[in-house]
Amino acid sequence: MSTTSIHVELWQVAASLVLVALAAAISFWQRADLERDIAVATARSIVQLTLVGYAIKLIFEADTILLVLALLAVMVFFGAITARHRADKVPGSFGPLLIALALAGASTLGLVVALGIFEPTPRYLVPVGGMVIGNAMTASAVALNRLGDEMADARARIEATLALGATAREAAAPTIRRSLRSGMITLVDSTKTTGLIFFPGTMVGMLLAGASPTDAVRLQLILLYTLLGSVSISALVATLLAYRNFFTSAAQLREL
Amino acid sequence: MLFELRDVGLDRGDRAVLDGFSARIAEGATAIVGPSGAGKSTLLRLLNRLADPSRGEILYRDRPLDSYEPLALRREVSLVPQLPALLEGTVESNLRYAAELAGEPLETEETLRRAGLDPAFAGRDVAKLSVGEQQRAMLARALAQRPAVLLLDEPTSALDHAARDAVEATLARLRSESNLSLVLVSHDPEQARRLGDRVVELEARP
Repeated sequence: MSTTSIHVELWQVAASLVLVALAAAISFWQRADLERDIAVATARSIVQLTLVGYAIKLIFEADTILLVLALLAVMVFFGAITARHRADKVPGSFGPLLIALALAGASTLGLVVALGIFEPTPRYLVPVGGMVIGNAMTASAVALNRLGDEMADARARIEATLALGATAREAAAPTIRRSLRSGMITLVDSTKTTGLIFFPGTMVGMLLAGASPTDAVRLQLILLYTLLGSVSISALVATLLAYRNFFTSAAQLREL
Repeated sequence: MLFELRDVGLDRGDRAVLDGFSARIAEGATAIVGPSGAGKSTLLRLLNRLADPSRGEILYRDRPLDSYEPLALRREVSLVPQLPALLEGTVESNLRYAAELAGEPLETEETLRRAGLDPAFAGRDVAKLSVGEQQRAMLARALAQRPAVLLLDEPTSALDHAARDAVEATLARLRSESNLSLVLVSHDPEQARRLGDRVVELEARP
């Protein structure tokens, strides 16, 4: 892959705030009541991304894998905390989410490195790790959100199935299936339409940075497939670990 | 003795759903009556370990209930819940699911007839059945496991008179089968007397 670089001046960033002002104006005009949120979001994006930018710069310069692993661990931790808010109807969801994100990150990054697709250097592992963990977080949060709703809706059917002597896993099987599907479907769908109705971020970034379209497309394909792997692992692990929390060891539905 | 309950209580949160309940339930057909909220459904759920008591002891055939493996117990002591809750698919696929769980061969036609359903129902989609038909499909599904005991929670509560009479006739036939015991919950004392060899009355808690 060719190394390319691009320089962005601060005035260019400042100029793009015109579009933020436009968004705020639309919200004010149509009384969507989002002006405050838009201001907070803009401020947070500046602070958070700048901090992360410096952190990544430090990690790139230090060039040790330990710092990369520490950064990925922090991402997994905060990802699990964030996802837990979406999974508030699932008891004890933090543990399953933490394990799901860690496993998804470790196995997909481990695999792309082992296959020789990426070198195990901060330059690859940090951005790819961030994407992998971020997508795994969204997928597991969606899956557990669905699991919580389904377990509440299907309570009668699940207990009636338990009453036949089915195991908790058997009784929850349709629910587990639908939750897993919910977690995976967004990325599957966006992979189907990629390039047709949207240009993925990595490709856009590489084209802007002056890379050849062929390189940009190849890298984007690798990332899409890596994300598919990570999203399925995280949704599966989170769902399979979390559904157990709805049952006792004697295969009874817990009162929640 | 089929079941023996000794001073059984169950709490949900800080409220006692059932408290200080003792009874001996013999083989045959036993009807349990009482107003809603008296803990009738809870009592049935305790008998096949869909819930465990907070206090007291339950014996099944003279052995503590919690010494039985819960999954095996539920195939032997089968509960038909008040509201029909079949799995997606046909009536027959529901019966097959239950039979396979219990490791029993499936005689679809015979099982449907025992539950008071025409064998033509086998291929019907459960989503297209009336509530009365679903309730009988639930009964058939339980029978497909060849249980020793059937626990029936308000088997006719959602039905009109004609459907109720049909289900009652089915239950009366099942009651005469020697190798099957029934424990039936009802809010209707008349129905309890029609279907039970004996009647246990639960009182609402003061």
